[in-house]
Amino acid sequence: MATPILRWCCPGRRWVFAGIGSVFRHGRGVPTGSTSSGKRGQSTVAQQPLITAQKPRKGEREWAAVVGLEIHAQIASNSKLFSGSQVDFAAPPNSLVSFFDASLPGTLPVLNRRCVEAAVMTGLALDCHINRRSLFDRKHYFYADLPAGYQITQQRLPIAVNGSLVYSVCVGKRQSQMVTKTAGVKQIQLEQDSGKSLHDSLRSQTLIDLNRAGVGLLEVVLEPDMSCGEEAAAAIRELQLILQALGTSQANMAEGQLRVDANISVHNPGEPLGVRTEVKNLNSARFLAKAIDYEIQRQINELENGGKILNETRSFDYKLGCTVPMRDKEGKQDYRFMPEPNLPPLLLYDSGSLPTGTDPQQVINIDQLREQLPELPRVTREKLVQQYGMLPEHSFALLNEVGLLEFFQNVIKETRAEPKKVTSWVLNTFLGFLKQQNLAVSESPVTPSALAELLDLLDRKAISSSAAKQVFQELWRSKGKTPAQIVAEKKLELMQDAEALEQLCRSTLEAHPQVVTDVKKGNPRAINKLIGLVRRATLGRADPTVIKEVLERQLSS
Amino acid sequence: MWTRALWLGLRASAGGRRGFPSKADPQGSRRVTAELIEHLERLALVDFGSQEAVARLEKAIAFADRLRAVDTDGVEPMESVLEDRCLYLRSDNVVEGNCAEELLQNSHRVVEEYFVAPPGMCCPTWLNRLSHSKLRMQ
Repeated sequence: MATPILRWCCPGRRWVFAGIGSVFRHGRGVPTGSTSSGKRGQSTVAQQPLITAQKPRKGEREWAAVVGLEIHAQIASNSKLFSGSQVDFAAPPNSLVSFFDASLPGTLPVLNRRCVEAAVMTGLALDCHINRRSLFDRKHYFYADLPAGYQITQQRLPIAVNGSLVYSVCVGKRQSQMVTKTAGVKQIQLEQDSGKSLHDSLRSQTLIDLNRAGVGLLEVVLEPDMSCGEEAAAAIRELQLILQALGTSQANMAEGQLRVDANISVHNPGEPLGVRTEVKNLNSARFLAKAIDYEIQRQINELENGGKILNETRSFDYKLGCTVPMRDKEGKQDYRFMPEPNLPPLLLYDSGSLPTGTDPQQVINIDQLREQLPELPRVTREKLVQQYGMLPEHSFALLNEVGLLEFFQNVIKETRAEPKKVTSWVLNTFLGFLKQQNLAVSESPVTPSALAELLDLLDRKAISSSAAKQVFQELWRSKGKTPAQIVAEKKLELMQDAEALEQLCRSTLEAHPQVVTDVKKGNPRAINKLIGLVRRATLGRADPTVIKEVLERQLSS
Repeated sequence: MWTRALWLGLRASAGGRRGFPSKADPQGSRRVTAELIEHLERLALVDFGSQEAVARLEKAIAFADRLRAVDTDGVEPMESVLEDRCLYLRSDNVVEGNCAEELLQNSHRVVEEYFVAPPGMCCPTWLNRLSHSKLRMQ
């Protein structure tokens, strides 16, 4: 996959370092590292008036950023990768640790079948080539949370290589258009997680909990095909959705089930790639894009000021909102990779190469796993667009919230209303209320049946759309009441008697001759006054559009 | 530990702290430099306390170098003596764990069911100061 050497580093965003008074399109405060951009004494192009940084002028350089990602996803399995102890997020310290996890002498690794299947399924979902033969290696380094002194990983020959991750970013002025992008998947490998170290700064000691040591991880390495924080965040989001749809990982960043490291460098388009830094500790979906963009900007500032970028590892400090060098990395690490002597090569088969007469439990058939792959998010979205005629961005929104798609589909099942109406109500009204009160779909006081009933009333024109909103609000507040009950209680039914409406309109026109003259003179707002009067007369039980129709008809006759 | 006696380093990491020779060094360096010793001591937590130890290391390397006498052009390297064995796949059941008390008995210091790591574990400079004999005493 070719690294994009673009003029535009990413849709709608340009990294231009201009002189005094220019506008950084990204709008973020410039970090006061070396020099603050706004306070430069002399600018080489000081003569020209600076408007915006739209076009690069002579003396200014354009920058393109290159971002690659390494993602570690915890495999959703009952037991660990090489031992039979349990995988659980919250348990008493060191209670889920076997002798092997604690690296006691005489213990050996035994590979968990479920983890291999998870890796193969993920590889298939990302269009990778699955290596029929893959190998395990030891990666050595000393740290208190790595009891063995090495991590078992797959450095030489990983289980899957050469795939691609398709994702979408929002472009355009109102972020309403979706553009598809692809990031190459360099490889997917199985490896062990380390334990957790808790730093007790009070007594300056480090406490170690090995519950997480040995848990299976999928490391997904993405090629440096992304060019800014937004693209990286979108790619990560899509990978999360894929892993969740497959069931191979819950991929919850907050619980540490998905961890991301970014490799970032900048260069001038057309020139060779720059020195890259690795940014670790990007463990929050919210700050991922910010951290990457900060680092890109930091590197640009550094280079523009004549500095150099060190090939170092940095960490993102959430409180300060900037990347800082990690102190404990002195020079480059030598991991002394060696083959794991206790594990033979991992062999996978397909239907054509299955050995006969073997225990099916001991053999993994790639074709069988491919057939059993669940529907991927991309396919689900396409189906939604085709089946219900919704915009792509709506399908994204439906899949972006846990349980929302199911809610939507349940409403569709029970209502006669048009899919477009349902989409609009679910994505605007329903989701709006959820977000306002910070609730998950599962915590919603309104059930799909209730919303379906409400939409039916609206569809039958039994109530107006403004009345429907009122009913929805009441549904949200008071559980147990049905829409029909609320409509009856609040007397929100639309007037069904056309004759009575005609009468009311006529009497309103007669009672306000001045307004009628205004309308006839051509004052467009006068009619609204009449509509308002009629509405009040009907106690809000008539549809404003119908009132307008009747009034206009009566006025013209 | 066997790692001490024979460092065969299948893979020398590119750009290591002091670019030490990769495995494909044709002459085979008979001399092991002080820099290399320092590097190895940090990586493997061993103590080449004496000149004898360095000499022994050089002899071990020379011994292993005799492998180069064999012409291995076009021969696929054997990476594991287990290459013909079947990799056993375990079913995903929970069968171990729940022995915190037992495991914590192995630790020199314990705080409320946590292992306590040796002080300064987060920065590797302490590794230089710690010799193998001291480790044994811990």
